[in-house]
Amino acid sequence: MADPELFRFTIDNGLRVVLAPDPTAPVVGVSVHYDVGFRSEPEGLTGFAHLFEHLMFQGSESLEKLAHFRHVQSSGGTFNGSTHPDYTDYYEVLPAAALERALFLEADRMRAPKLTAENLANQIEVVKEEIRLNVRNRPYGGFPWILLPPVLYSTFANAHDGYGAFEDLEGATLDDCAAFFDTFYSPANAVLTVAGDFEVEEAKALVQKHFGDVPHRPAPVRPSFAEPLPTTQLLGEHTDAHAPLPALAVGYRMPDPINDLDGYLAYLVLAGVLTDGDGSRLQQRLVHVEPLVVDIGAGAGLFGPFEARDPDTFTITAIHPPEVPRERVLAALDEELEKLASTPPDDQELKKVTARWAASLHAEHDRLVSRTLALGAFELLYGDASLVYQLADRLSAVSGEAVSAAAKALRPDARAVLVVNPASTEGTEQ
Amino acid sequence: MTSAEQVKAAHRSAEEIGRTAAGPRPLPELGHQRAAADLSHVDTTLSNGLRVLAVRKASVPMVELRLWIPFAGEDRMHAATAEVLAETVLTGTARRDRVEIDAEVALIGGDLNAGVDPERLYFGGTALSDGLPTLLDVLGDVLTGATYGDTEVARERERLIERIAVSRTQPRTIAREALQKHRYGDHPATREVPQAEDVAEVTAEQVRALHNASVLPRGAVLVLVGDLDPQEVPAELERALGGWKSDRSAVVLPPLPALTGGNVLLVPRAGAVQSQIRLSAQTVPRTDPRYPALQLANLAFGGYFSSRLVENIREDKGYTYGAHSGFEFTGDSAVVNVDADTANEVTAAAYLETRYELFRLGTVAPTAEEVESVRQYAMGSLVTGTSSQGGLAGQLMALASNGLGIEWLQSHPERLAAVTEEQVAEAAAEFFAPGRFTGVVVGDADLLAPKLAALGVSANEKD
Repeated sequence: MADPELFRFTIDNGLRVVLAPDPTAPVVGVSVHYDVGFRSEPEGLTGFAHLFEHLMFQGSESLEKLAHFRHVQSSGGTFNGSTHPDYTDYYEVLPAAALERALFLEADRMRAPKLTAENLANQIEVVKEEIRLNVRNRPYGGFPWILLPPVLYSTFANAHDGYGAFEDLEGATLDDCAAFFDTFYSPANAVLTVAGDFEVEEAKALVQKHFGDVPHRPAPVRPSFAEPLPTTQLLGEHTDAHAPLPALAVGYRMPDPINDLDGYLAYLVLAGVLTDGDGSRLQQRLVHVEPLVVDIGAGAGLFGPFEARDPDTFTITAIHPPEVPRERVLAALDEELEKLASTPPDDQELKKVTARWAASLHAEHDRLVSRTLALGAFELLYGDASLVYQLADRLSAVSGEAVSAAAKALRPDARAVLVVNPASTEGTEQ
Repeated sequence: MTSAEQVKAAHRSAEEIGRTAAGPRPLPELGHQRAAADLSHVDTTLSNGLRVLAVRKASVPMVELRLWIPFAGEDRMHAATAEVLAETVLTGTARRDRVEIDAEVALIGGDLNAGVDPERLYFGGTALSDGLPTLLDVLGDVLTGATYGDTEVARERERLIERIAVSRTQPRTIAREALQKHRYGDHPATREVPQAEDVAEVTAEQVRALHNASVLPRGAVLVLVGDLDPQEVPAELERALGGWKSDRSAVVLPPLPALTGGNVLLVPRAGAVQSQIRLSAQTVPRTDPRYPALQLANLAFGGYFSSRLVENIREDKGYTYGAHSGFEFTGDSAVVNVDADTANEVTAAAYLETRYELFRLGTVAPTAEEVESVRQYAMGSLVTGTSSQGGLAGQLMALASNGLGIEWLQSHPERLAAVTEEQVAEAAAEFFAPGRFTGVVVGDADLLAPKLAALGVSANEKD
């Protein structure tokens, strides 16, 4: 199957555009990725990038509060937004007839969002409920994405809680919102992606019609988030009021995802060799043979791969029974990594991982929402949306030696270990 | 300059940002909507009694497989045995051990998993399309020859007990169990998460016996969607699954008692920082002529983001991150469930507003604008939801449990288009009448009880 054709261009105000026509179903996906995530939020304003994402749905010059939702949904569409370490995305997926409407909605809030004190106060409450739901009232809430970074990293940008502290959220002002918008939400700091059932020339004209007069503002200078590699094993501990069993997360630094993509992909293959499927090395040994843990998983990125620039995190997480000392889990992990470091995985082992990756990339491209978002994220972070379609081949080209080298780099003396201790016996009371 | 310094640099005010010289602009009209292409498909029953729906959707070189086997049981140990069965069914056959099953499926880019609930045993699978014969061969092998080795059963039993402990600390699991128990008593449908002490007693022998007695093709449904030729599927399945047969039919869950409404129960969870509000009322299944109007009434109430409930308790008052109402289909019956999670301080207020919106739906009927909005949403989400192989497979499987198929899916937009405002108002008034609802509020009872008692919600069943 040939890769879908992509049309990439930049309009006068600096907005980058990716068009990915595909007539197989009469639906379209529209997304806007802004080059700002929680690593860019100002000190003292933890959680602000995510809070601001909520405010972008609360009205604009042409649309009252609630109108954005109503117009998308009454056109038959769905929408959402999400905040990542290095970007914030917004999307709609709709019947193809609603393409112009979706472009209008995104352009209007890029040009002139209506930021009001009332909406800010309301969304601070909504975000606090979101944090209660996903973190404070739930076992293993925020594990490991909130809890691991402060152990592995030392700078505010890399280490802080992207969901935010309640006092920071409550302290956010309208002026903070205005400053954040003017700094980060310029067209020159964004990528617009349109995928699905449309004619390319017509879509180009519609993009120009709706986004063409969003005034240019310069994109902010992007700081480096680089920090030195750990030179020792870093330890952190967290008590979880709701968790019934202990857990641990091990965090390692990875190669630069952007400037050393093939090096980064070797870690994705390594993650598969370690924990993907019953036959994978850590599942086999730690879940089935010894057995030491209830569940174990490995992967790149705090929410998945390809969503952050350097530095990015390789994580291994496990939940284990209280009677298993965590040192045994770590020792078994290190032994398996050492085996891989000295003997590369064979072709069959690699093929299992890369075939599953190829299939999951196909499945991702089949869901219009994930395809649209992947194209936008790759254009933003890598400057090349078409990389999305090359990933399967590049993953298949990763050699056993490269996986071996990646395993060797996951050293016990250059990592973070976060331990989660249960605080109660909740769940056994009834 | 650091990013913090950049943000503090000169910028416009919020008010200046919110307006342009040209002023507000009109919303563009919708363009022309092309209909979805007809999908070539087969809907047939194999000689072993298994119903098969196969649909060609070649958007990517993949196939999606779903298999639902009715799998009910009234025995006290059924839920625990069924759960162990689902955890171990893919751990070995006479031809393949656990690692070989995983390797064979991985090499076709595939995935095969099993799960169970009080109503059925289900398998989900995917593979690159040229791996379909392998996927079916593995599935057939497992269905006819899963061995449930003693050590595999023993290990998964231990793991399951640990997972149940984790699951029972999830607020949503706690709330779901409380709701099931409150509305259905000790009907087998309530045993969604087995008791750890029952799981501890399950033997490999019992699991094998349950497989022989209940993993049956007659009455089960298999859905295949993807880059395949549907006409060839039945013969391929006869080859791969032909050895899977029995004269008996798969075991169907006894009908659920109809909900008649009743008191809402406060269920204590000490130390919780948030409460779960869960309400439920009897409705009608997809096959009922009133269903399309009911579907639209539900969307208007709380079934999508632009609904009355979400606009009230999230967007106006900030009481919750998400409020939802939606259908739950079991056998031939259907209920509507309303849920929201809220902080302790606002739980009573959110509950009151939820009841208020139920009253209001019947007395202030959805307007023409609301009905048009939910109609477009229902039709549009059908198109977007079924535009991927996985989405279509899931939708077809849900329909199949009511005996419906792809024709229903293709004709549903017409049914939605034909619904009148009056029919939506009637469905709203009938099915969303507050007296029809029962339910639970789970949370910190010490904090919640005084205010909730004033609203008729208390921990005393006899309230």
